[in-house]
Amino acid sequence: MSKFKLITDGLVKNNPTFVLLLGMCPTLATTTSAINGLSMGLATLFVLVLSNMAISAIAPVVPDKVHIPVYIVVIATFVTLLQLLMQAYTPAMYETLGLFIPLIVVNCIVLGRAEAFANKHGVVESACDGLGVGLGFTASLTVLGLVREILGSGSAFGYNFIGGHDGMLAFVMAPGAFLCLGYLMVLFNKYLKKN
Amino acid sequence: MAAKSNLTNMVLVLGLTCLFCSGILGGAYVLTKEPIDKAAAEKTNKAIAQVLPHFTEVKYNEEGHYYTATDGDILVGYAIESTTVGFGGPLSLIVGVTPDGVVYNTSVLSHAETPGLGAKCTTDAKFMDQWKGFNPSIKKLSVKKDGGDVDAITASTITSRAYTLAVENALSTFKEIAGEACNDEAVMPNPDQTSNEGGQDNE
Repeated sequence: MSKFKLITDGLVKNNPTFVLLLGMCPTLATTTSAINGLSMGLATLFVLVLSNMAISAIAPVVPDKVHIPVYIVVIATFVTLLQLLMQAYTPAMYETLGLFIPLIVVNCIVLGRAEAFANKHGVVESACDGLGVGLGFTASLTVLGLVREILGSGSAFGYNFIGGHDGMLAFVMAPGAFLCLGYLMVLFNKYLKKN
Repeated sequence: MAAKSNLTNMVLVLGLTCLFCSGILGGAYVLTKEPIDKAAAEKTNKAIAQVLPHFTEVKYNEEGHYYTATDGDILVGYAIESTTVGFGGPLSLIVGVTPDGVVYNTSVLSHAETPGLGAKCTTDAKFMDQWKGFNPSIKKLSVKKDGGDVDAITASTITSRAYTLAVENALSTFKEIAGEACNDEAVMPNPDQTSNEGGQDNE
């Protein structure tokens, strides 16, 4: 499989949000605005690429019976690293996403890619796979966040374009997240996945 | 792909992985500690700067959770931390009170309110601006629904009440501080103040 195809697969055919339906908890919780969705996506991308690479490198020597704990330790290390870095250098972003960053450890996308891909493939391919799936996740979260922000707050990427109006509040809250996700999933599968 | 498991290699691999990862994290902690502390301090300073007029120095009182801001020898005011329970969880404010007992400004330190509803206490200009120069001896400190003079955020009365209560608590902390300061001066001037006066003479 070519490396380019690995990346595009993650974006469309194996899109973690709209096709695989993985990582729903951060998806629904953090997409109250486009910026939040984008930052959460990028945070997950960072962990996904590094953990995929590390796991594919150590997989041959990890005994079968303890492979899950070892993978979790590796993933948790990268997540904690990310958390410390964000706290130090992007405190504003950390404040918005802080609660959800530790949850990346148990995000099924990360462990899922480790199990399904990284432990059977080389380091470079695993990095490409992580990049593809991570970008797919980032794109989906940004789109979902953007739709919810437009409908719910009447703004896009923090830029308010209908001035003075508050938007439909329901879309900022949990029910709106489910609604938007459902409709976007329908659109995605009808048009994009077919090609 | 994975190696065959036996006790030795399981213990060895798991142990080494944990050891290695703890090493990395320990290193990262040491490296990021300084910037993290700096970011936190900056955030507090920014919050204080927002709620008080110009000052040059702040001192933190850990017991009372307030900052005393001074400009040279002149007392600028107190930035008082105050936490109440909002709709979604703890609501922490920092309230700037000038020595005459008037609220200079307020700012939210952290909150867990509903986005688009209670969370507007950090963005709603109308709600936030009414705290600037809020004088508790003229205006009644409770939301309009409860017969006071505070305009609540639309559809977020619980958050507005919590916010109002936090300001009220901050003001009663202020009264305690101000009361103590008066007593100090009347009974025995504390040595710090004397030295400050000395500083004034030099200028």
